[in-house]
Amino acid sequence: MEVLILSRLQFAAATFFHFLFVPLTLGLSILVAIMETKWVRSGDEEYKRMAKFWGKLFIINFALGVVTGITLEFQFGTNWARYSAYVGDIFGSLLAIEATLAFFLESTFIAVWIFGWDRISPKLHCVAIWLVAGAGTMSAYWIIAANAWMQHPVGYVMRNGRAELADFFEVITQRFAVIEFVHTVSGAYILAGFFVMGISAYHLLKKRNVSFFTKSFRIALVFALVFSLFEVVQGHFNGGEVATAQPSKLAAMESHWKTEKMAPMYLLQIPRLSGEGNLIQWIPIPGALSILAYGDPNAVVKGLSDFKPEDRPPVFLTFVAFRVMVGLGMLFVLLTIWGFLIRKKLVDNPKYLRIMLLAIPLPYIANEAGWMVAEVGRQPWLVWGLMRTSAGVSPVDPTQVAVSLIAFVLFYSLLGVVAFWLMARFAKKGPAPLPAQG
Amino acid sequence: MLETIWFALWGVLWAVYFMLDGFDLGAGALLPFLAKNEDEKRYVYHSMGPFWDGNEVWLITAGGVTFAAFPTAYAVMFSSLYSALMLILFCLIIRGVALEYRSKVEGHGWREGWDMLLFISSALPALLFGVAFANIFQGIPIDAEGIYRGTLFTLLNPYGLLGGLLFLCLFLYHGALWLGIKTGGELEQRARRFAKILWVPLLILAVAFLAATWFATNLYQNYLTYPVLWILPALAVAGLLATRLFLQQGAAWKSWFASSAVVVGATLFGVAGLYPNLLPSSIDPAASLTVTNASSSPLTLKIMLVVALIMVPVVIAYQVWVYYIFRHEVSPEDLAYEEGY
Repeated sequence: MEVLILSRLQFAAATFFHFLFVPLTLGLSILVAIMETKWVRSGDEEYKRMAKFWGKLFIINFALGVVTGITLEFQFGTNWARYSAYVGDIFGSLLAIEATLAFFLESTFIAVWIFGWDRISPKLHCVAIWLVAGAGTMSAYWIIAANAWMQHPVGYVMRNGRAELADFFEVITQRFAVIEFVHTVSGAYILAGFFVMGISAYHLLKKRNVSFFTKSFRIALVFALVFSLFEVVQGHFNGGEVATAQPSKLAAMESHWKTEKMAPMYLLQIPRLSGEGNLIQWIPIPGALSILAYGDPNAVVKGLSDFKPEDRPPVFLTFVAFRVMVGLGMLFVLLTIWGFLIRKKLVDNPKYLRIMLLAIPLPYIANEAGWMVAEVGRQPWLVWGLMRTSAGVSPVDPTQVAVSLIAFVLFYSLLGVVAFWLMARFAKKGPAPLPAQG
Repeated sequence: MLETIWFALWGVLWAVYFMLDGFDLGAGALLPFLAKNEDEKRYVYHSMGPFWDGNEVWLITAGGVTFAAFPTAYAVMFSSLYSALMLILFCLIIRGVALEYRSKVEGHGWREGWDMLLFISSALPALLFGVAFANIFQGIPIDAEGIYRGTLFTLLNPYGLLGGLLFLCLFLYHGALWLGIKTGGELEQRARRFAKILWVPLLILAVAFLAATWFATNLYQNYLTYPVLWILPALAVAGLLATRLFLQQGAAWKSWFASSAVVVGATLFGVAGLYPNLLPSSIDPAASLTVTNASSSPLTLKIMLVVALIMVPVVIAYQVWVYYIFRHEVSPEDLAYEEGY
């Protein structure tokens, strides 16, 4: 029991920390690649300065994404040995393929990009950053296919006391994986867009490098606008997928207790911290939940009361995280549309710029909240319907886990402070003065 | 058959990882001893610059393949070696951050701090990988449930420590040769002199390890049954002699390649002796994890084999290309390069 709690906390800390850096890596690599492509095509040195300036922030962020990812792969074995033995046939192979297919590419070509400005032709150099960007997104697909398999296991048979692969193609192309991937990656792209817009806003407020940061802002704005809009529509389908595949998670997301047709949503609803039912549920909209989940007001939505208590996920956390994610997602749409309407006169709108500067942390919160819905809502299952989280933990000495957990928390906090301090420092400093020499 | 192929690939992945990351772990561990001023330190950092990240992915792949091809062995091995692995992981995190962040701020204290961390986080994994692998060769106390019945200190037995020292010494030597190739001037001379001195304890440790292996492990059993396997330790021994000879002649690259042969030969010597075990149990032979009782299903092994046969050559091709475009000796020009370390 003790090892279980410690291991869960440790894994939560490790994944949470890892995902502070991953989304920016995914999105910013594409933005830098776009900037560099513009330089290669037009020969306009300003775009080269842009690629270098944003690239530097990218690298600071990338380093932490990589090193925190390594520890995650090994923690399946150290802390979740029973799980690893049970699902390695499927889950392990996805991770191994990710490393060979994508991670090698990303890690090798990021070095080419960092050190290669003067050593290879601009075109080849531009190819390097596109390879990094492509490999990052490809990497995300394999990892998310693995996670999707935990959420919705398919293509397996139970044999030799474990889940064995039966249909590889089904595992990597199942609908749940595709939808989860699209949702996660779009969220990451939004984050990167807001990151670039926020830092650009900082400089535009000070009227420094106005042309440079206006162009940066606009590239990021279009990117973030497209994916914010897309995410709202796509998120709806994601909800439908969860409703079918993981009804108890859906019920927890909505703190929906009573199985019924025409299931309502409430304008104001607060679930109890523990125990059943809601503390407050005011102003119902009849049928709203049925429509959102199944597209039909008469559809029956199963309530938490009809799940055995030991089969229910933690409701309060899932409910709150879901609302935070959705609320922020809507806000991103508003902010990017607003930006789009005033895109020609950004410098004249200090109020908007100030809001965008303050908005930098919001997509981080939305991304983490999204994972909280996915992972907390998956409880008590480690692999949905097959293995409970409590059954997957390693038979190790709790002291070791306690020590490593404390070390992780202290160490990651310190590293996080250093990384964000360093990013802020370079972000404030702005691009290298003209003329940009390689 | 499939299991055996994967066992061989598993060994090769670890061997390649040690060969590649071995030199940059070694170079990092040598930083405080060989680099006498800020410029020289930066030369050391630059010598690893474009390579260390790609090198480390071989570890991810080796770990991933252990997970995918031999999940039961992965589970028991990694949870049994819990504390040792956590230490390695923390070190690798620090190392990556030290390499990337040191140059980003000018301050003296900032840079000295990262230098110290780079040293520790390079030397410690070198030692711990050796300890871990020597213990795997020797067997660890696991029961039929796959539960580890020892403590962290069980791993710090004489044979384990000998393995640790051998790896540390080997990586230091390998790293010194790399610095001899990638740097110039006094630093290059110092690195070569250091390699020459280090070669003596390396030889002694290697001989001691080969001898201790006879008493502490069952590795030689396979060599008595299949004498053709002797080619692997022979490769290591030949490499060890050749590397010194080339060093004497000033043939830096040849000497480094010979030292790579030592790393690969030594790793494969252990792995080939281990077969068919992946992780022998020292308390109950029936509880040993082998290629048969710990492997994945044939379907998974087949799919992964296809992926590996296509992708690993591609990976090798582009990594060789990267080594080629950055093959030059690190120069003052590199230090002036704004994106550099």
